Amino acid sequence: MATARKTDARRFRIKSANAARRTRSPRAARRSPLATVALIAIGLLFTGGAYAAFNASSSDSGAVAASQESVERGEKLFAANCATCHGLALQGTEAGPTLIGVGAAAVDFQVGTGRMPLQNQSPQAPVKPVQFTDSDVDALAAYVSSISPGPSVPDSEYLDAAGDATRGAELFRINCAMCHNVAGAGGALTEGKYAPALTGVTEKHIYEAMLTGPQNMPVFNDANLTPEDKRDIITSLKYLENNPSPGGFELGSLGPVAEGLFAWIFGLGAIIALAVWLTARAN
Amino acid sequence: MSSDTRTAPAPQRAAKTSVTGAVSNYIDERTSISAVVKEFGRKIFPDHWSFMLGEVALYSFVVILISGSFLTFFFQASMAEVEYDGSWVPLKGLEMSAAMDSALNISFDIRGGLLMRQVHHWAALLFIASIGLHMLRIYFTGAFRKPRELNWVIGFILFILAMGEGFTGYSLPDDLLSGNGLRIIDGLIKGIPVVGTWISYLLFGGEFPGDQVIGRFYTLHILLLPAIIVALIALHLVFVVVHKHTQYPGPGKTNDNVVGYPILPVYAAKAGGFFFIVFGVIALMAAFFTINPIWNYGPYDPSPVSAGTQPDWYIGFADGALRLIPPGWEFVLWDRTWSFNIIVPLVVLGGFIVVVLLYPFFEAWVTGDKREHHLLDRPRNAPTRTAIGAAGVTFYASLWAAASSDIIATHFKMAMEHVIHILQFTTIVGPFIAFFIAKRICIALQKKDREIALHGYESGRIVRLPGGEYIEVHQQLDEYERWKLLNFNEYQPLMIRPNAAGKISSAQRVRASVSRWFFEDRIEPVTSKELERSSHH
Ligand code: HEC
Ligand code: HEC
Repeated sequence: MATARKTDARRFRIKSANAARRTRSPRAARRSPLATVALIAIGLLFTGGAYAAFNASSSDSGAVAASQESVERGEKLFAANCATCHGLALQGTEAGPTLIGVGAAAVDFQVGTGRMPLQNQSPQAPVKPVQFTDSDVDALAAYVSSISPGPSVPDSEYLDAAGDATRGAELFRINCAMCHNVAGAGGALTEGKYAPALTGVTEKHIYEAMLTGPQNMPVFNDANLTPEDKRDIITSLKYLENNPSPGGFELGSLGPVAEGLFAWIFGLGAIIALAVWLTARAN
Repeated sequence: MSSDTRTAPAPQRAAKTSVTGAVSNYIDERTSISAVVKEFGRKIFPDHWSFMLGEVALYSFVVILISGSFLTFFFQASMAEVEYDGSWVPLKGLEMSAAMDSALNISFDIRGGLLMRQVHHWAALLFIASIGLHMLRIYFTGAFRKPRELNWVIGFILFILAMGEGFTGYSLPDDLLSGNGLRIIDGLIKGIPVVGTWISYLLFGGEFPGDQVIGRFYTLHILLLPAIIVALIALHLVFVVVHKHTQYPGPGKTNDNVVGYPILPVYAAKAGGFFFIVFGVIALMAAFFTINPIWNYGPYDPSPVSAGTQPDWYIGFADGALRLIPPGWEFVLWDRTWSFNIIVPLVVLGGFIVVVLLYPFFEAWVTGDKREHHLLDRPRNAPTRTAIGAAGVTFYASLWAAASSDIIATHFKMAMEHVIHILQFTTIVGPFIAFFIAKRICIALQKKDREIALHGYESGRIVRLPGGEYIEVHQQLDEYERWKLLNFNEYQPLMIRPNAAGKISSAQRVRASVSRWFFEDRIEPVTSKELERSSHH
């Protein structure tokens, strides 16, 4: 197990180094040296982050299969942190829905992104700093799925972000862009709810979000989008995230509104400032 | 053009001078251009930053023409399906129109192409923004008054045409975002009763999206609209020269003179420099900031719609109007659907455009003022006009903001419904509030001016009089400063006068009551008698 993980990790590192080289070469001529530095920094950050995520998820699948010990720890954690809202037997209460059948993936997503435990009433559980260690999250997930099985934490083979980006982008436009915006910049829903921006979300959490459909997001089960499709979608999202826009700063990828504000405030603002200076000079 | 040109005619000078002299002499003997240059070069142009907004528009337009010509070399206005095989990985192998394919190639595979695309698009945003600001300057200073009413109309038509240019250009790459925009336009057109569907079929050459519209927009975008715009800009500028430039009131500036610099050499040099400044700012924006990343949007396909789909800023007010209409304004009558959710915004916006277009004539009618005006008003000295302007700006800005209701909701953590309701309020009630507030502020400022003109300003120096009384010394402004506070037009409500037949027509009555509304509360300028009295203090 341990050796397999290590070779996997090495393969991954080589692959991402290749990817970085591949994407750098065609436009190298147009970039300033600073951009290259930034790109390398981002690349390193990404590789590090992905590596950590990769490690976490593979140890995770080990844990789920594993020990009674972990389940028991999970039970204690659950009773202490979650049962007030979700009930001691996961049956749900006034304050929270039942967790019967949600599976390890939902717990991993909700707790791993900091959404759970919920702290205050708002239209939608916001992302917060994660409150549990990775092994606690695993224990909670193990406990919930031991009571009533459901979708499990995805296999690492679908999380390598090395699928078909073109297909993924197409699938994303068709299935996700109406809520999350084509560039994954997020968007508004009704009554104060919103689809969050997707930059900085780990591969595993993207997969789990599709699998479990948190809150207002629909569930994309394996019949809707096969694991391969999900892998492609993750690939395209990661491609966007790791390749800074060839056109320069992106202004939040918010589209024409951001561009219009920028043109008025900074563009026209700068020109007017210069005009004032030019006419003041004469006197 | 060198100053030699101006003074070239003397032959003995040409004999001993340089190549430039010889060349300019050669040209002058054949074209008599020196007379024109002399006449034109002596035109005086006043110096104020707000007079350069129109120039910003002109220079951005030049930048648009230059960068646009570059783009036409590589763009293919065709909706034929091709497979993308360029450098942008996440689109490789996808079927798309030749237009999108060529726009992507311009972005990634043609040297300098992306920069040119971004220059073109940023310049377009700036072009329309600077026209808008220029119009506001003209409006609030009353520069549209006789003899410049027609130039206001030309300018405003230019604004509308520029929006047309912008919209057609925005649609050309045939990406998902612009396709969504076109779909909205298609819906708007189809919402027009009776003829809507016909017009839509005519425009798109069949059912939306068809395979015609990009080609047609291309013709409009690079041929028809630019030609009209260039012609109108030329006319606009001819009028500026004929009317001479307006100026702000000040000592020595009258309705019959223009104080400033001659076009040659000072003004021309400045203007030339300013062109490069505008170009430079646009180039910097284009070099550092992404605009319209079509590679994120992907090719147009009628099924997906992205969250946060918006038009470019200048179409925002129309999109906003659609978003603000409450649900359920649609019903079936006589076997037809009547979409008042579309008809109402169309009519309201159309009305708004007509009102802005014709405002100078309205004001002339209200004031009954037939004099020529070359001195600008300070906005406070025309309170009702300024207030109407503030109301118009509020109305437009609310519609404009509504086009980004979703982004306001997510970024200020509000519910979308609340944003919409607030903007519905500011669109309908806001203009009245803005009118009231702006008018009060203007009148208050006028009162303050009057006070200062008569009694000077508080110097902060407290003096104790021999009798023990304390007073604060008021200090008079110097002549120059005071001048500004004293001289402005005085208007009074029109009197109703019987016409030749001795009758008072109802049109006269309407006119008189509008005029009363326009001028009912006003601050009269300080009279010389008052001034004299105050100086004896
Ligand atoms: C304050 C009450 C509260 C607490 C404490 C809380 N939750 Fe929740 N939880 C909710 C509510 C309400 C929802 C449903 C709405 C939502 O998803 O935001 C929810 C949803 C969930 C879901 C998603 C269910 C689904 O159908 O996909 C999971 C999984 C979950 N919670 C796990 C946990 C875990 C594990 C903990 C403890 C670490 C926890 N919650 C603590 C209130 C709470
Ligand atoms: C109906 C609108 C909708 C659609 C369609 C949708 N989502 Fe979501 N998505 C949401 C909402 C709402 C949330 C926030 C849920 C929450 O906070 O618990 C969300 C959350 C997510 C998250 C978690 C983000 C974070 O910050 O942790 C990811 C990842 C995600 N979605 C990916 C996708 C992908 C990929 C698709 C397409 C396959 C998709 N979504 C389709 C509405 C949608």
